[in-house]
Amino acid sequence: MATVELRFSALPEHVRTARLVAAAVARRAGVDEAVLDEVRLAVGEACTRAVGLHQHGGISAPVKVLLIEEEKQFSIEVGDEAPHAPVRARSADEVLGDPDVETEEDEMGLAVISGLVDDVEVSAGESGGSIRMRWPTTPPAATFT
Amino acid sequence: MDLSLATETVGDRTIVRVGGEIDVYTAPKLREQLVELVNDGSFHLVVDMEGVDFLDSTGLGVLVGGLKRVRAHEGSLRLVCNQERILKIFRITGLTKVFPIHTSVEEAVAATD
Repeated sequence: MATVELRFSALPEHVRTARLVAAAVARRAGVDEAVLDEVRLAVGEACTRAVGLHQHGGISAPVKVLLIEEEKQFSIEVGDEAPHAPVRARSADEVLGDPDVETEEDEMGLAVISGLVDDVEVSAGESGGSIRMRWPTTPPAATFT
Repeated sequence: MDLSLATETVGDRTIVRVGGEIDVYTAPKLREQLVELVNDGSFHLVVDMEGVDFLDSTGLGVLVGGLKRVRAHEGSLRLVCNQERILKIFRITGLTKVFPIHTSVEEAVAATD
């Protein structure tokens, strides 16, 4: 069950808002303070990627972010409606390989997410894609142990 | 929080002091600044990241783009950063092998390959 659901027009200026909301909800859900920077960065990367996919695809639908508080874990799912083939992250060497090609931020974004988040699922299909990330949470009672 | 940019010339080096958040919204401003500097003949850049609160892959992309541009003129792009959370992003993307990262502007300005 989604604790907080956020939908925003696919515009770069709204990505910061998504980051702030996600970090606030994650903190409330009990995600460790030390990990909040990673949550903020990862959700920003996922939203940036979704915004790019919508903009390049001329898709007017909003980007959807689900912030889901569950028992012992907190999940974030960022959904886009861009039809795309499965993608993979490239290494820095590959990104830098051809000096005439501008860095593809979409793939660099995925590289950052996969480097930051241990539990991540990237799915993509004809009707859109999603990035789902999970972090463990510490229930308040556990802080006494 | 917006992005702030200031430039200063020390010898043949141009220091770009960046402050605030570098993300998909603000990164184009940094890109414009770097492109302008290179077009104006500044090929040895030192990007001071000490005032940066947030950096994402869009920002990394702009820095890589800047590096490609100065390299085309046999120039250099050095970074100044001591913030662990920013350095981490360079590490996980493997870019610490690509950018010389210094602990102070003075060190970056004095550095030669």
